[in-house]
Amino acid sequence: MSASTARGRAWVFGDNVDTDALAPGLYMKRPIEELATHCLETVNPNFSETVAVGDFVVGGRNFGMGSSREQAAQALKYLGVTAVIAQSFAGIFYRNALNLGLPVVVSQQAQHIIDQDQLRLDLGAGILENLTQAKTVDFEAIPPHLLTMVSDGGLVPHLEKRFKRTKGTGSQ
Amino acid sequence: MAGQTLAEKLVARACGRDTVAPGEIVTCAVDLAMMHDSGGPRRVKPILEKLGVDVWDPARVVVVTDHFTPASDAESASILDLTRKWVNAQGVANFYDLQGICHIVLPERGHLQPGIFVVGGDSHSPTGGAFGCYMFGVGATEMAGVLATGEIWLRVPETIRLIWNGHLGPAVSAKDAMLAMCAALGMDGGDYQAIEYSGELIADLDMSERMTLCNMAAELGAQTGLIAPDTTTTAYLRDCGVETGNTGAWHSDDAATFRDTHLFDATTLSPQVAAPHSPANSAPIEDTDPTPIDQCYIGACTGAKLVDLKMAAEILRGRQVAKGVRLLVAPASARTMTAAAADGTLATLTEAGAIVLPSGCNACGGYGTGVLAEDEVCIASTARNFKGRMGASTSKLYLGSPYTVAASAIAGHITDPRALIRPPVTEAA
Repeated sequence: MSASTARGRAWVFGDNVDTDALAPGLYMKRPIEELATHCLETVNPNFSETVAVGDFVVGGRNFGMGSSREQAAQALKYLGVTAVIAQSFAGIFYRNALNLGLPVVVSQQAQHIIDQDQLRLDLGAGILENLTQAKTVDFEAIPPHLLTMVSDGGLVPHLEKRFKRTKGTGSQ
Repeated sequence: MAGQTLAEKLVARACGRDTVAPGEIVTCAVDLAMMHDSGGPRRVKPILEKLGVDVWDPARVVVVTDHFTPASDAESASILDLTRKWVNAQGVANFYDLQGICHIVLPERGHLQPGIFVVGGDSHSPTGGAFGCYMFGVGATEMAGVLATGEIWLRVPETIRLIWNGHLGPAVSAKDAMLAMCAALGMDGGDYQAIEYSGELIADLDMSERMTLCNMAAELGAQTGLIAPDTTTTAYLRDCGVETGNTGAWHSDDAATFRDTHLFDATTLSPQVAAPHSPANSAPIEDTDPTPIDQCYIGACTGAKLVDLKMAAEILRGRQVAKGVRLLVAPASARTMTAAAADGTLATLTEAGAIVLPSGCNACGGYGTGVLAEDEVCIASTARNFKGRMGASTSKLYLGSPYTVAASAIAGHITDPRALIRPPVTEAA
């Protein structure tokens, strides 16, 4: 996960955004490049064409409910989404997103963000700003036990370090 | 020391401790890792290759093909081919190809028993909680981590207790109880904690019905759904070739601390129908419009076990599916198919006009056979009816029990199965 500042527009969806909307089953056998073009199309048919690299997806409660398919998070990341901001996340989606290096930000103030607001996130500094509304948006810190994995960029790079270390130790 | 919940006891065992407390972050040793063709080898293979490691213990891995089975085009064939080659290369002997849906195959083939800690590469993995396992779903990268290390981190969950007293009336089933809970608690009512079902009704229920409840713990957003094992559990497992020994330890202590306790009454429960596009849109069938339907679907890990097929057969016996309506039945596993053929259930269904599909996930998640066209309406015995899940984005999916789906197939619109229930008929010898 990049610690640098990211700016982009907010794409606001409501409560209970589900994984069938994020990664429709009809396209699940297709590569991510194609699956991502169908991301959220059942709720916003133009989303994948109009979302820009650096933009944010904003949800209400229980974002990412449903399936364990991690393509739900991967599709957002593929489209260049900086982070998902929501009041709460479904448990499996939350883990998947962080494992894949897609920042997920829990904020009880997510509901005040309006579609197309300009947001600025500096995750390292713990700052989320709504530039359009000229307000700071409070959010919960990433749980301490996940910080290393998140700063490594996700579970795979995290495990790469672990196995490199293990192998290194073993050969000494 | 205060008492421990069943979830706490299961997690404590898995992380090698005597007790754990909710909120603690622990690392658990995985007894069993289960994957299917969609989230399994095709996703984990490149990750393990990148890490330069093999599966930590092939004997603790089960792979089931169910999402893209049987192959319908070159892409699905290629995914299945990769799956078969990978299990061979990794020495995974527990491979069930075209044998049905993973959540049903796993207990059927003797892989589950009370007390074990199981990770599944599918969100309906809490199904295993019906056997007193701690079982939950994860994504493919997380699964690759499990396969590489044999362990996984967990935040020790609080336990939400769902107590059902009373007994179900005719043509009312666990699915109806589940849909009522979805309406009452909402899709995040489980808050990624553990839920535990108990009470008079749960003691009544056979393993198939208990599996339905634990399966749809996913729809409450719980991490897992548990039922303490009893003699029903051990008898079922014995039939699957598993001798469990003493399971007495696997229950919540009286002095355990629960986050919440919700009481429900089975006796007054009506059949429930979930309207599009959420299981939480459930209501008693008395309050549901007799909506005309194009397709009825009895399938999925939730609603196509042998007991589910028998519910449908009870309604369909000697009757015909309405003109213009198609009834698709996808038995949950190959063994379910064999048993339903042997006891006459399958013939009852096909004589009524049902079309039998291969065992597998088929239409449920829109991956396979039986998906819906634009604006079509379907009622299904599956777990989820999110927008576009079973096909076109404008299709409309209702959820009900196998009784309700079968009754609706006969009427051609959503119908209360209690009007069609009859006393069981003894099959002629």
